[in-house]
Amino acid sequence: MAARKVLTRLSQPHLLGIEPLSSEDIELILSTAQKYQTRTAGETRTVPRLDLLAGKTLVLAFFEPSTRTRISFEMAAQRLGMDVVSLGLEASSVQKGESLLDTIKTLAAMRPDALVIRHQGSGVPHFLARHTEVPILNAGDGMHEHPTQALLDALTIRDHKGRLDGLKVAILGDILHSRVARSNFHLLSRFGARIALGGPPPLVPKEFERLAPGIIACRSLEEALEGADVVMMLRVQLERQREPLFASPAEYARHYCLTAERLALAKSDAIVMHPGPFLRGIDIAGEVADSPRSVIPHQVENGVAVRMALLELLTGAQA
Amino acid sequence: MKPLLIKNGRVVDPASGLDARRDVLIEDGRIAAVDARIERAGADAFDATNLVVAPGFIDLHVHLREPGKESAETIVSGARAAAAGGFTAVACMPNTQPVNDTPLVTRAILAQAGQAGGARVYPVGAVTKGTAGEELAELESQRAAGVVAVSDDGRPLWNSRILRRALEYGRALDLLVIDHCEDPHLSAGGVMHEGEWSLRLGLRGIPALAEELPVTRNVVLAALTGGRLHIAHLSTRGALEVVRRAKREGVPVTCEVAPHHFTLTHEACRDYDTRTKMNPPLRTAEDVAALVEGLADGTVDAIATDHAPHTQTEKQTDFESAPFGVIGLETALGLGLERLCHTGKVSLQRLIELLSTNPARILGIEGGRLEAGALADLTLFDLERKWTYRAAEGFSKSRNSPFDGWSFRGGPAATMVGGVVVFRR
Repeated sequence: MAARKVLTRLSQPHLLGIEPLSSEDIELILSTAQKYQTRTAGETRTVPRLDLLAGKTLVLAFFEPSTRTRISFEMAAQRLGMDVVSLGLEASSVQKGESLLDTIKTLAAMRPDALVIRHQGSGVPHFLARHTEVPILNAGDGMHEHPTQALLDALTIRDHKGRLDGLKVAILGDILHSRVARSNFHLLSRFGARIALGGPPPLVPKEFERLAPGIIACRSLEEALEGADVVMMLRVQLERQREPLFASPAEYARHYCLTAERLALAKSDAIVMHPGPFLRGIDIAGEVADSPRSVIPHQVENGVAVRMALLELLTGAQA
Repeated sequence: MKPLLIKNGRVVDPASGLDARRDVLIEDGRIAAVDARIERAGADAFDATNLVVAPGFIDLHVHLREPGKESAETIVSGARAAAAGGFTAVACMPNTQPVNDTPLVTRAILAQAGQAGGARVYPVGAVTKGTAGEELAELESQRAAGVVAVSDDGRPLWNSRILRRALEYGRALDLLVIDHCEDPHLSAGGVMHEGEWSLRLGLRGIPALAEELPVTRNVVLAALTGGRLHIAHLSTRGALEVVRRAKREGVPVTCEVAPHHFTLTHEACRDYDTRTKMNPPLRTAEDVAALVEGLADGTVDAIATDHAPHTQTEKQTDFESAPFGVIGLETALGLGLERLCHTGKVSLQRLIELLSTNPARILGIEGGRLEAGALADLTLFDLERKWTYRAAEGFSKSRNSPFDGWSFRGGPAATMVGGVVVFRR
C-alpha cells in the first residue's frame, strides 16, 4: 500500500511560489494553518497570543503598496511572538539608487529569521533567494505568483466545500495581470479542481491552458460561470495595464461585473471569493459582495492563519 | 615578415568547393599558394594536422560598446574575444555613446580598431541621427569614411518613409541596410517571447508577430527600391518564411540568425536568469527547428552573434530590470558544430559558408575565400576536442553568456588575420 507521505517540514527553504511546492508541502501548510484558524465549523474562537517564535525577527520589504497582505503578515508574526520590522517603500535606500540586491543583502546581514518580499517585478524573490540564506516569503511578485493568497483561498474553499478535487472553480476578470490567478492555477490543478477562466478576451489568452492541467479559457464570462462551485473574482489591475485593454471601467463593469444575475449561472450553493481589494460595482456588485454567498471576510481571516503556518514552518525549530 | 606555411590541414573553402588535405602558404598578408604539398625554405611552419582550415569567420553583428561603455567592452577586448572565437573580422553596430552616425565617430572606431591586434573591425553606421529613427544620418559621408553598412540596430527602422529613403540611398551607394525588425507597439514592455512561458512567469511578452510584420513590410520596400536589405537576428519561423518567399521572388534580401536563437527556447528563461534575456527573445522549439532548417537549406545567409556585452552589475538584477543582450563571440563556433554539424543537419561546408563566405559577400568586404591571392584571414579549428566554456575566463570584458559552463566538441584552434596569428589555443 502506497501510504501518502506526511511531511513535518517543507521541502523548500523559501516560499517562492506554489509551482515549486509539492502536494505534500501544500498539505502540510494547510494542516498547520488549521490549528491557527479563528473559526472552525462555524464557531468563532480567539487564538491566544503564542510565543512559539518569540525572539525571532521578521522583516517585511514591500516595494509595492499593500494593505491587507502586509497587515496580515504583521499580525501573523505578532501572534506567534515575533518582532516585526518593516521596510517602507518611501524610506528604502532603493529610492536613493541602491541596487535591489544590495538592499536585500544589507537586510540579510542584520540576520532576520525571514524576509517577506513584495515587488512589482516578476521573479524578484527568485533572484534574491539565489543571493541570501534567509528564508524568503513571496508576498506577490509582479504578475507571477502570490502563493499565500492561493493557500488561504484553498483553505477557505475546503472550509466551505470540504474538498478541492472535482470542483469547478471559475476565475474571472483580469487574469492576464493576476499573480493570484497564476498561484491558484497551480494549487487548484494539483488537487484536481477544474478551472474555468472568463473575462475580456485580451485578458484571457488561450495559452493559459498550458500552464497546468484542468484549465479552460472560456469564451465568455457566462460560460465560465455555468455550474461553478466556486466563483473567484479578480480585481481589474489598471496599474499593470500599459495600454487600455477595455474602453472604460464602466464598459468593463457592464460586461464583467459579478452581478446577482450572472451569479445565478453558478451552482445555487456556489461561494464567491475575491482576493481584494475589490472594486465595488466594477469587479463585483455590492449586493453580491455583501451577500451570505460571499466568503471574502473568511478569506481574510484565513490569511492570518496561513501566514502563521508558513512562519512556523520556515523559521521554527523543526525536528 | 617571414612566410607562413600551414601544413597538412583539411582545407575547406565553400567559394571554390574545395574540401581536401592541403598546405597553405602565406606571404605578405595574402595567400600565396594552396596545394597538396608545398615546401618553402625559410617559412614558419604551422602544423594543422587534424584541423580544419577555413576562410576567416566574419561576424556581421556585434556590439563593442566603445565609445561610451568601455566597462562592458572595448574595441580591443571585443576584437580579441572575436579572434578567440575564430573570427577574423566583425562588424560593430553603431549604438555606442555617442552613436556612430558621423564620419568622426567612424574614424575614431577605425583608428582604435587599427591597434586592436585581434579581429578586423568594420564599423556599421547609423541610418538615422542618434538612431532616433526620425532623420536620415549622413549616409554618403559615413560611406566615404568607411562604414560597411548602415543600421539603427538596437532599435527598429520603424518609420517606413525613412527605411524607404535609406534603401534608395543604399541602392545608389551599394550600401547595405540592416534592420532590427520590431514593431514597437506590439513589443512594448515585453521582456521575453510571448507564449506559454511568459504567461507562466508573469513576464510581458514580445510576440513573434512583432518581428514578422516589419519583416513583411521590409521585403516589400526592398523589392520596391532595389536596395539591399539585411534582416538582423531573425528569430521566428514566420519571419523566415517571409524571407524564403521574398528570395524566391528575387528580392535583394538576406538574413542572419544568432547561435542562441538556434540553440535555446523560451523555456530557458524559467529561472529568471537574466543571461537568457535578449531582443529578439528566445522563441519556441518550433521556431528553433525552422531556423535550423533555414540554416541548412540556404534561406538563412549568415550566422551572426549579436554579441552584446553588459557588466555584471547591469545584468545582476531582476529579469525585468536587466538590459537585453548576451555575449556570443567565443561560443558561436562551438554551438554551430554541436547544434548544426554534429547533429548532421548542416554540412561543414555550409557552416563555413554561413560564418565566412556569405558574411563577406553581404558586407561587400574582402575575405571569405581561401585561394591564391586572397587575404590571409584564416580560421583553424578542430572538430573533436572537448572543452568547456567559462565566461569568467573569456576574452570579452563581460560574462553575460547563457552558455557559461557548457561543454562543446570542437572549437577554435588558431585565428590568423593578414597572415598574423592573432589567437592560438
